[in-house]
Amino acid sequence: MSETVKDVQVQKKEPAFPFGKKERALITDPLDDNNPITVQVLGICSALAVTTQVLPSVVMSIAVVFVLAFANLTISILRTNIPKQVRMIVQLVVIATLVTVVELVLKAYSYTVYKQLSVFIGLIITNCIIMGRLEAFAMANRPWRSFLDGIGNALGYGFILIVVAVFRELFGKGTLFTGSPAELKIIGNTPEFFINTTAGWGQTFFGWYVNNNLMVLPAAAMFLIGIFIWVQRSRNTKLVDIS
Amino acid sequence: MHSNSYIITFVVIMTTVVAALLALLYTGLKETHDRNEAIYNKKEILTSIDPTADKMKDEEIEQIFNEKVQQFVLNASGEPVEGIMAEKVDMAKERKKDAADRKYPLYIYEDEGKTYYIVSARGSGLWDEIWGAIALEEDFKTIAGVAFGHKAETPGLGAEIKDSKDWKASFKGKMIYDETRDKYLTVRKGGAKDLTIEVDAISGSTITGDGVTNMIKAGMTPYFTYFSTLKGEKTGQLIETN
Repeated sequence: MSETVKDVQVQKKEPAFPFGKKERALITDPLDDNNPITVQVLGICSALAVTTQVLPSVVMSIAVVFVLAFANLTISILRTNIPKQVRMIVQLVVIATLVTVVELVLKAYSYTVYKQLSVFIGLIITNCIIMGRLEAFAMANRPWRSFLDGIGNALGYGFILIVVAVFRELFGKGTLFTGSPAELKIIGNTPEFFINTTAGWGQTFFGWYVNNNLMVLPAAAMFLIGIFIWVQRSRNTKLVDIS
Repeated sequence: MHSNSYIITFVVIMTTVVAALLALLYTGLKETHDRNEAIYNKKEILTSIDPTADKMKDEEIEQIFNEKVQQFVLNASGEPVEGIMAEKVDMAKERKKDAADRKYPLYIYEDEGKTYYIVSARGSGLWDEIWGAIALEEDFKTIAGVAFGHKAETPGLGAEIKDSKDWKASFKGKMIYDETRDKYLTVRKGGAKDLTIEVDAISGSTITGDGVTNMIKAGMTPYFTYFSTLKGEKTGQLIETN
């Protein structure tokens, strides 16, 4: 194949793990200009489902970083050997294996989070971002760059996930990081919250405040992501021409 | 283009490698998985008495279970079954059996002279199964606390049966059934009328609330039969059961 020949020629000039401008762009691009969620609008399903709380979102992001980086790496290493006719199946097997590894490890070392994420870990397999990156990037690029691309895209996904989760947990329940040792109780109607809306200064200034139950429902994530896309496009005019 | 034989060889090798890898990992971690699951279930049961139990460390949970909790298993007619621990009873499997073959786990928690009887129930919520552990006082009818769990109720609505501490606290002190045993503890939409035996439903989760009511009504009979015999032994005579 001509691609492979070109690869080999380029490889001779560069170090084994280059980290120049191009490679940095692989990581930073998906955070903004080419964000998988807000620009490519992929992976929305899990973004709506797991973002009720920050902790599961963080764990989900870490899981996706791991799965996407190593799936990209594996597929990229195998890319010249994978028969074209079955490449999608091969990609899915690689993804499914990595996801099962994540699931088994999580079940063994963080059972409560495993319970919280339950079905969504398994659903990483069907996350369009992963299959999309494997097909669009890893099948045509060398392992190191594919690995970086995987990390970049997963971080772009995780970034949105965590930001949405912060909004949803704060305004929906008045807490942050519930379930982790760093649990913060910020605003609510019992004395254990930092701003107690039923007594003292909390009542004077925030007596009117009630947690917004809508925030806990998946619909709220849809609105938040919508607002996100709006803000991002009004700030970043490059994106407006794409759509 | 690759030949057919190449494709078949590739797929076979890939599948074998992946299968071996996952099988190895699974067997390696199985023990930890089982232990985690057992502790998680125990934690759920303990939260019925102590709502802060979900913050406890695994070792503390084990310790409490070893020192303060006795485990019994009852059959459908309310007689104790020998040779099985309550924690080994899988309520999800039991629910699929015929009513006559079901086993019912009973935990008796003793601490500082007080005894609590923790009964388990399982039923249907709106989307999927819900379950609960209900701790009863020594009179076998006053509720000391509850813990609920669910598989897939709506976050913020039905899922509040597990998440809302206030709601769970509203069960405390209620009767699980009335004098004549015609009526069981009820989750009432629109607010409790009879405060001794009803609790307010959570707004927006009527069906999950009804699920809780039905679950309690349907799953308690064997326990009450057993409790009547216990009572009988204590007072030296058998009390008539309905």
